[in-house]
Amino acid sequence: MAKKDRMSGNEAVAYAIRQINPDVMPAFPITPSTEIPQMVSTYIANGEIDTEFIPVESEHSSMSAAIGAEAAGARSLTATSSCGLALMWEELLVAASNRMPVALALVNRTLSGPININCDHTDGMGARDTGWIQIYAENNQEAYDNFIQAYPIAEHKDVHLPIMICQDGFITSHAVENITLLEDEQVREFVGTYEPEEYLLNPGKPMALGPYSISAYAMEARKNQEIAMENAKGVILEVADKFRALSGRGFGLFEEYRTEDADFIMLIMGSAAGTAKQAVDDLRKKGKKVGVLKLRVFRPFPATEIAKALSGCKAVAIMDRCESYNGNGGPLGSEVMAGLYREKIVIEAVNYIYGLAGRDFTVDHVYEIFEELEKAVGEGKTVEQFRYIGLRE
Amino acid sequence: MNSYNLKEVMNKPERLAPGHRMCAGCGATIAVRGVLRALHEGDRAVIGNATGCLEVSSYMYPYTAWEDSYIHNAFENAGATLSGVETAYKALKKRGRLSEKENFKFITFGGDGGTYDIGFQSLSGAMERGHDMVYVCYDNGAYMNTGIQRSSATPRYADTTTTPVGKESNGKMQSRKDLSAIIADHDVPYVGQTTLTRDFKDLHRKAEKAIYTEGACFLNVMTPCPRGWRYETDEIMEICRLAVETCYWPLFEVEHGKWTLSYEPKKKLPIEDFLSKQGRFKHLFKKGNEELLVAFQEEVDRRWEDLQYKCARA
Repeated sequence: MAKKDRMSGNEAVAYAIRQINPDVMPAFPITPSTEIPQMVSTYIANGEIDTEFIPVESEHSSMSAAIGAEAAGARSLTATSSCGLALMWEELLVAASNRMPVALALVNRTLSGPININCDHTDGMGARDTGWIQIYAENNQEAYDNFIQAYPIAEHKDVHLPIMICQDGFITSHAVENITLLEDEQVREFVGTYEPEEYLLNPGKPMALGPYSISAYAMEARKNQEIAMENAKGVILEVADKFRALSGRGFGLFEEYRTEDADFIMLIMGSAAGTAKQAVDDLRKKGKKVGVLKLRVFRPFPATEIAKALSGCKAVAIMDRCESYNGNGGPLGSEVMAGLYREKIVIEAVNYIYGLAGRDFTVDHVYEIFEELEKAVGEGKTVEQFRYIGLRE
Repeated sequence: MNSYNLKEVMNKPERLAPGHRMCAGCGATIAVRGVLRALHEGDRAVIGNATGCLEVSSYMYPYTAWEDSYIHNAFENAGATLSGVETAYKALKKRGRLSEKENFKFITFGGDGGTYDIGFQSLSGAMERGHDMVYVCYDNGAYMNTGIQRSSATPRYADTTTTPVGKESNGKMQSRKDLSAIIADHDVPYVGQTTLTRDFKDLHRKAEKAIYTEGACFLNVMTPCPRGWRYETDEIMEICRLAVETCYWPLFEVEHGKWTLSYEPKKKLPIEDFLSKQGRFKHLFKKGNEELLVAFQEEVDRRWEDLQYKCARA
């Protein structure tokens, strides 16, 4: 049943879109996600799918049109990166608060300025409080697998939230790797057809969407949205179980790589997790008890689960591919440390900033960080927080 | 189009129910009801709405005044939002998820702020892509919802809260953007400019044409605002009449590039007749400001001549 191929991350997501054959896709090009709408347009032009493509005039309009289409009763999606996501920020909030299960293929790229087209997580992290589910991929296979799980999660009646499927710009989106694909019928059966309970084009049952809401009602709406985000955690795991049964590939909220007996763990997200795993394998050969916690689901944030997973280690390096400019480190640093504190787990926790605007992150950097953690614990050395890795001297 | 019978049209069921919170003497709701009366019986509609007075006053949770399906998204994206709805309609029909016999029409309303200014790009995109929809601008010539700030639809010399009249200021210094012409230059199948006339025939006829012409259509409806223009609420119809009779707001339409005047005043009235009814132009009638009135008249004349020229072309 499974089909072996070679694909880039963008090709893999476009292929998943082809298999799902969603109803409506508005999109506006931006590097490095441009290939996704291009490839979908080609599938449509060749009659392979009959998705309606809307070549909108901006990303603000792509998300606006996606919301309109979704509200009308159509399964919709878009793709973007960087400034494109920033431009649609207002609409991200509208999509989530109107409980529209829109899917967004985010190909992570830094934000201006200076203008730079390469990978970091500034775009996704900037949207971290917009009410979207965010799932990050390490490689093309995961980008593909995550996208196929997107609609079953987002459209679940206990969730009804939009979902972002993220992959690293260029590193994943443009690098060609081996991939195992599902058959079209398997995907279509797994994803099913979209059957909203209420929608604008429901004949004889009109619906109004997007009210002005006074203070007496608005707070309850926010709470319901928050509950839905909490529900998403369980649904993501349920969908992952079903996906495992279908594909043989399993997923959780995060992946624990050689952490069972690890004294030192690197918590990392996206493609750099691959680098970290390689370094861990190297260090394990030298007898070092090190491991990787690769975060897959960033929203909802599995704070308690992460804290528990870290409870047995002596020190954790929390890796942020994003700068928050708050004088207090990156988003992952803040949230993981808050989780540890709440669970009363006291371990050495160091927040590092790496890979901004496409700066290389190598196994040597990982060795260096583990060495630093080991010294911090063994020699009681204070380690600098929020240190930039690979910065030019 | 069938022959027009005012009584018959007025007796059609209302699609914007009473009980909304718009002001007495507001032109916007009159225009909306007029546009929706042009929908044929049995046809369903999805109504879009840019943020503005109309939106916050007609759909305040948990009450809605709209009988049809309705979507408000944000201020600057009514064009894009309805593009998505209309495209979804095509997708659902094509895939057999919506019965062939169901007929939906797509109409979106925006004020001049949401249309001429912040929503201009979204509108332009939707028009250029040719979605089968009608964008209706209710043009009251300023950002009324936030408290009468100038827009690019505000006429020259108007007193607004961001162009206040003062010792060093005679109100807005710039001319009004001609949005109807700009949208006509998108080469869309239909553009109509209208306002509230005594028999409402012009609005009805243009709305029906816009709704039942395939493709992206645009209506620009001048709708006075009692708060911003400063008039007594019962004067609204007279102000609309004077806007047309002075040629400040001519009635015309553009069908597939062909410009047609819908009405030509027998005797064009001086612009003072329109301006003197409104508090926002009070300063123009002060001693020493005579040249401002002359300049205003010159602009109206120039634009009217230009329009006549466009309409005279075979």
